[in-house]
Amino acid sequence: MTRFLYKQRFLLARRVVQVLLMTAYFGANAYGWQIVVGNFSSARYFGLIPLSDPYATLQSFFAGAVIATDMLMGVAVVLFFYAIIGGRFFCSWVCPVNMITDGAAWLREKLHLDERSSGPVLSRHIRYWIIALSLLLSYLFSVAAFEMISPIAITHRGIIFGFGFGWVFLVAIFLFDLFSQRHGWCGHLCPLGGFNAIVGKYSIIKVVHDKDRCINAQACLKACPEEQVLDMVGKESRPVTQIECVKCGRCVEACDSQALSFSIVSIAEQMRGRA
Amino acid sequence: MNETDEPERRHFLLKMVNALGYGAFGAIAWSAYLSQAQANKLVLRPPGALNEKDFVSTCIRCGMCVEACPYDALELATISDQISIGTPYFTPRVQACQMCPDIPCASICPSKSLDLDLLRVDDELSIDNARMGLATINTETCLAYLGLQCTMCIRACPLADTAIVLTNERNPRTDMHAFLKPVVDPDFCTGCGMCERACPTEIASIHVLPLSVSSGDVGSHYIVGWEEDDEKRINQRSGDVILDRTKRNQKSALDNVNDVDGILKGLYDD
Ligand code: SF4
Ligand code: SF4
Ligand code: SF4
Ligand code: SF4
Ligand code: SF4
Repeated sequence: MTRFLYKQRFLLARRVVQVLLMTAYFGANAYGWQIVVGNFSSARYFGLIPLSDPYATLQSFFAGAVIATDMLMGVAVVLFFYAIIGGRFFCSWVCPVNMITDGAAWLREKLHLDERSSGPVLSRHIRYWIIALSLLLSYLFSVAAFEMISPIAITHRGIIFGFGFGWVFLVAIFLFDLFSQRHGWCGHLCPLGGFNAIVGKYSIIKVVHDKDRCINAQACLKACPEEQVLDMVGKESRPVTQIECVKCGRCVEACDSQALSFSIVSIAEQMRGRA
Repeated sequence: MNETDEPERRHFLLKMVNALGYGAFGAIAWSAYLSQAQANKLVLRPPGALNEKDFVSTCIRCGMCVEACPYDALELATISDQISIGTPYFTPRVQACQMCPDIPCASICPSKSLDLDLLRVDDELSIDNARMGLATINTETCLAYLGLQCTMCIRACPLADTAIVLTNERNPRTDMHAFLKPVVDPDFCTGCGMCERACPTEIASIHVLPLSVSSGDVGSHYIVGWEEDDEKRINQRSGDVILDRTKRNQKSALDNVNDVDGILKGLYDD
């Protein structure tokens, strides 16, 4: 049992963080708790610290909005965190959609759909094109284009303020990930994940691979939702420097030879590791 | 280019065209939704909101205003509401804005899409400066206009006797009663919706509509001759308007109106 829990330690920690955060936001609206107000688009902690989603704010800017000082401060705080710990930490530790897509991936695995499917293989770069398109459409339609359809915003707003018909988006994503494309939404399409990836490029918390311990079991590659970032496994000892790593720790849990671990890697070292 | 490259090049081109197709489909569907999703002109925004177009582009959709409202008057639009998704609005019949003197909704807004500066007149901040909409009365169904003594709206109005006034009129039906008709003064009505909420008719007979819909605008091409300042606008007209002097409008409009003899004479001369 303890071994089972140990093998899931990051997963459990992530779920606890995700649920606690969502509960704090929900409680603020439903019961007037004083920890945080707002949602993941913009929030204020302890009536003091502002947080604002940089991607949503950028879209607003392209839509022609005058960005208020409060927003800029909130963006600065979030960018600071993303720059240090990594933007896609948001994906695996905060974003509520992650639970849905992880659920779909889990079920896909259980049903052995990957072995059977010959479905469309999407490019992992589509998300970056969607970012560009979202900024263009924001400009053309004077409204934050992705925020109008964002399943992430629909989910956190839905949990805090009520869903309306918005839950169909989530069902759509679940079915898409389950039947059409493994890690389809989070690993290929979601522009927020893509944006946060870019922003956190030089974050200092990285997964580091130790080739000397690696026995080439490939368990990490099987567990990783962005397996292309583990291209060095079994070949060289260096940190995961590709930006798409969501810092979920699944590879660390999966590896029985401790060939992967989280550690702090300075920017200088990252440059060297890349070379 | 040698021949072995050819199939690969073909494959690449095919992939490009493929992606282009998907991309165009996605972009068009997305655009279609965006152009539809903001069409609602009838939505009422919290106090201090920017004009609808700027509001929709500036509001970050955080819901802090909703949480700040002690009366739960505000809601965030969901995808089912046909209001730009995630933006705050209120529905007077459900809950009107209660005109909090400390304006918690606009005070907390991080994006300034609810802008306290719009609630300031001569440096004085007051919720009474809010212009969320304008109450309009359907005189066919308003009980007071039917001759009953209602006064529900005026008693609900936080600016009673200013934003709504009661007028006395003889009721010719009985010749011994009076109509007590409510009349809204657009200079003072804040659009809070308390009157609409209070109205006892099945469908409210007093209804708050956004200013863009409910407030008229004469347009600059009408000039009222009985106000000297307004008449001066004729001289400030822009280039391509030609001002013809005929026999009848040689004098200023005001003089002309007062010149009864002249008018009568003109009628016969023409
Ligand atoms: S990729 Fe997008 S939806 Fe997935 S976890 Fe990250 S932000 Fe959430
Ligand atoms: S490399 Fe490891 S931490 Fe990064 S996304 Fe893959 S499994 Fe998660
Ligand atoms: S003024 Fe008060 S009642 Fe009206 S919307 Fe703001 S917080 Fe709510
Ligand atoms: S507080 Fe401001 S930015 Fe947030 S939802 Fe309300 S109006 Fe929009
Ligand atoms: S909306 Fe109605 S209650 Fe509110 S100020 Fe105007 S007339 Fe008065």
